[in-house]
Amino acid sequence: MLRIDNLKVSYGGIEAVKGIDFDVPQGEIVTLIGANGAGKSTTLRAIAGLVKPASGRIHLQGEDITGLSPDHIVSKGITLVPEGRRVFPDLTVLENLKIGAYLRADDLEDDLKWVYDLFPRLKERSWQAAGTLSGGEQQMLAVGRALMSRPKIMMMDEPSLGLAPLVVKGIFDIIKEINRQGVTILLIEQNANMALHTANTAYVLETGRLTLSGTGDELLHNEAVKKAYLG
Amino acid sequence: MIQKKSKKGTFIAMACILAFLALIVLMENLTALVPGAPAVFKPTSQLFVVLKKTAVYGLAAVSMNLLTGFTGLFSLGTAGFMLLGAYTYAILTVPMASKDQVYYLFGGSAVKFSLPDLFGGAETLPGLVLGVLIAIILAGCVAAAFAWLIGLPVLRLKSDYLAIATLGFAEIIRAVFQWQKLGPITNGANMLKNFPIFSSFNIKDAGGKVILRLSTFVPFLVATICIVLIVLLINSSYGRAFKSIREDEIAAEAMGINLFKHKQLSFCISSFFSGVAGALFAMYATNAQAKPFTSAMTYEILLIVVIGGIGSVTGSCIATFLYVACSEWWLRFLDNEIILDSGAKVPFLRAGFRMVVFSVIIMVVVLFFRRGIMGTKELPDLFKRKRKEGAK
Repeated sequence: MLRIDNLKVSYGGIEAVKGIDFDVPQGEIVTLIGANGAGKSTTLRAIAGLVKPASGRIHLQGEDITGLSPDHIVSKGITLVPEGRRVFPDLTVLENLKIGAYLRADDLEDDLKWVYDLFPRLKERSWQAAGTLSGGEQQMLAVGRALMSRPKIMMMDEPSLGLAPLVVKGIFDIIKEINRQGVTILLIEQNANMALHTANTAYVLETGRLTLSGTGDELLHNEAVKKAYLG
Repeated sequence: MIQKKSKKGTFIAMACILAFLALIVLMENLTALVPGAPAVFKPTSQLFVVLKKTAVYGLAAVSMNLLTGFTGLFSLGTAGFMLLGAYTYAILTVPMASKDQVYYLFGGSAVKFSLPDLFGGAETLPGLVLGVLIAIILAGCVAAAFAWLIGLPVLRLKSDYLAIATLGFAEIIRAVFQWQKLGPITNGANMLKNFPIFSSFNIKDAGGKVILRLSTFVPFLVATICIVLIVLLINSSYGRAFKSIREDEIAAEAMGINLFKHKQLSFCISSFFSGVAGALFAMYATNAQAKPFTSAMTYEILLIVVIGGIGSVTGSCIATFLYVACSEWWLRFLDNEIILDSGAKVPFLRAGFRMVVFSVIIMVVVLFFRRGIMGTKELPDLFKRKRKEGAK
């Protein structure tokens, strides 16, 4: 569904992503794991159009979307749940969700109901300012906000960041549920254990290059991965 | 259910606004209606000067708040856009009959028409209303067009850099409008006058006696309509997009909001209303010249926005009245020396002391109300909270 060919991204003179290729098949959960500074976030930002790739191609369902502006990419059906949640703190939960659907002119009621069914907690708090939510609730809101654009692919940047283990488990259960309902998911994580248990396909990114790939289970039992990421 | 509630709120807000406008008309005509009315309601009273200036500055403050408070763009070009509006209005409405007199240094005006005259002259009702209305709208459009042009390079800048660039623009515009070569249009460094002003809207009988005063009502009507439009914009999906840019640019971009397009939109709309406020200012001052539109004017408006609360429309309105009333009216007595019967002078009271006290008040306000009088709340929110607590 999403194809990345020889993607290179540089910041100034420094190459953060040094030519990577991977596929995100329809209906799967794909994860990129790797240490800090491996280029995970940069890869997602390049796909979302937030940074321009230096070279390489990005195809969505056969269509070349390399270098399109972020609003075009969102309207093509790729959405990003940014690292650190980044909800709009002074806006209400409902306003946050509506901004997620900004590019759509049609009726939002069904999608609001969908998101509220996935996250009943958000419905309770729909009139509350997003900044007053707990970390876990803010992560739910960030996911709900991304879902409001009716994405084909939802990209998630470190959804477990700064959350208690129990909350993280809840978030990953929801990710699986969203995937079961037909949304393809591209997930990047430092929490390799959780990510590999969830993913169908996984890639290991090291200093801008993909070094390993396989199914989630394969990588869980891979000696190198165990040593480097699972401890 | 939610929608029903907000419909009721809209109805109440509309009723309040209409009642407020009716109150203005009543206050203006109180002396004519009730012979023994208090002196403060006399047409020459300082109250009405303050009210007129409140309407003008209130609109300017709300338009600045749209940009600073709701989109998070810190621009200091307000006075420049007001100048554009004031000149556009004045150039288009100086009556044909006074053109030679106004532009005598340049041998007449290069603008060979006058909007009120196109509709039968400023003395007739359609000439006055249509002429002024169209001129005000064009004043806004000229300001918005300039905003669009300078927005192209300038809106790529952030925070303080944007403020510096827009401040520079305002200063350049002020210099350009005083340029003698543009004299046939702008009258160079001289003022434009004789165009329709607020008191032109007073309804007079055949003998020239005023029967219904509307000179304070008219600026309030224009400002109110503009502020209602701004509020509608803020509550629309565009307004939500503006607010999301204010809160977090990166997240807004990731949600598919085109940052540049929306910043440009907010900048142009804000400048449109600054231009309208400029046209009103020309009517308030009864003349148009570049001199008052200095950066000091922008700072005054910025001060109002900060005191009222960055991100609160009603806060800006309330703060405008308090600011204008304090600076023009309530503190006037501090400038007069008072000599007691014993021959001793009351200490400190002398010309200029007013500004000292005023500055201290502002410092105190800023210290104790860090987020302004209203913060980001609106007036109706205060009632809402009370009602909710009562329900519990």
